[in-house]
Amino acid sequence: MINWVGLGLLGLAAILLLVFSFVRRKTPAVLRRIEAYERLNRAVGLAVENGTRLHISLGRGNLFTARGGSALAGLALLRRIAERTSVSDRPPLATSGDATLAILSQDTLLSGYRAAGAEEQYRFSTGRLTGLAPFSYAAGTMPIARDENVSASVVMGDLGAESALIAESADREGTSLIAASDDLSAQAIFYASAQDPLIGEELFAGGAYTGAGAIHEASLNVQDVLRWLIILGVLAGSALKLVGIL
Amino acid sequence: MQRIVSVLSAMFAISAGIFVLLGYFVPVEPLPQLRGLLIDWAVIIASMAVLVGIFNLIAVQMEKIRTRQKGSSYGALLVVALILTFGFGLLFGPDASVMKFAVEAVIIPVEATLMAILAVTLIYASIRLLRRRVDMMSVIFLIVAVVFLLALMPTPIGPIPGDWLIIQFVGMFSRGGARGLLIGIALGTLLTGLRVLFGADRPYGGN
Repeated sequence: MINWVGLGLLGLAAILLLVFSFVRRKTPAVLRRIEAYERLNRAVGLAVENGTRLHISLGRGNLFTARGGSALAGLALLRRIAERTSVSDRPPLATSGDATLAILSQDTLLSGYRAAGAEEQYRFSTGRLTGLAPFSYAAGTMPIARDENVSASVVMGDLGAESALIAESADREGTSLIAASDDLSAQAIFYASAQDPLIGEELFAGGAYTGAGAIHEASLNVQDVLRWLIILGVLAGSALKLVGIL
Repeated sequence: MQRIVSVLSAMFAISAGIFVLLGYFVPVEPLPQLRGLLIDWAVIIASMAVLVGIFNLIAVQMEKIRTRQKGSSYGALLVVALILTFGFGLLFGPDASVMKFAVEAVIIPVEATLMAILAVTLIYASIRLLRRRVDMMSVIFLIVAVVFLLALMPTPIGPIPGDWLIIQFVGMFSRGGARGLLIGIALGTLLTGLRVLFGADRPYGGN
């Protein structure tokens, strides 16, 4: 049986995304202040000036599962960071706990440098697979903050409880930590460990806040519209249940 | 040439994504069959990606060793252990006693150790939370965490009085909050997927 609800929601989101993209090309969105992304933008500038590195940890999001969405959001942010730090002596490092994600991170770094006209800056060793299991991934990622002259760590993707070890290593080395995850336990950990935690869907706003283009800003608008529709749906469902219709 | 490759890879990726999505929502042949076929191909490619990823891991560690970077001795240990385990796995198969020994004597104890460190790290992070950020939400976060722990964990005096009330009352808010966060994440995932389908985000390179 055709899933009309799912198809309808998908179609509505697609149409809204196209409409808002068109609108945002003409009038850029006014975004609310998110301290973590402001800190990230400062960290990018500082890394270029200081000759330090940014470390982007993309998590273990398998692209065959629903968790792949956060990995794709992390890759979109990596693309912007690679482009903006292409003039730096020390290119950003991307680590992942999934082999496909590691290959995509290499491809993303390469396309970021290519877009900035600095293809020769690309090194294959800047997109790394650090481990395939949660703890081996954390164990492989932890020493990077200490060994690679990192000034800021961006942890963005699908991580679980092992994120506490990565956050702790960043804290121990005194590097700035910007962290977000689609996993609830990792979000709780980042809330306790990061200076400015990113909660819930703020994970997906990285592109819009780093100037990735109108379609990223449009995505935020569509998320807002859909969120209101869901709120109205939940309220209507509760009311119908209350009066005994549902 | 590079431009042509980039356009072709985008075309393949977008059309494969659309067919897989349609196969999910519209179960009318041949869409589900095509969806299954495309996912099977992707699984085969992903398994090859694991080998490429491991090669990347070895190459990065070898470069560390060659340039005598910090922690290169750990890198050497990793490469040797990886080659030995891989070799034994190929020779004797994954069910051999030597492979079980590697899992039981090395991997499980190491993971258990990391789990123990994790518990200490979490307690330490919670203690430092108020030093890092003193606001109402941090105070509520800590109080809820402590109250939940008290209600759920075994105590020497047995269950604390009113534990069911804490779990029901506080749980009602936390379940609601968790669902709200998950809905937000689902919407973000939907929009991220659409951007990839539209070719605006191309994580496979080319833009």
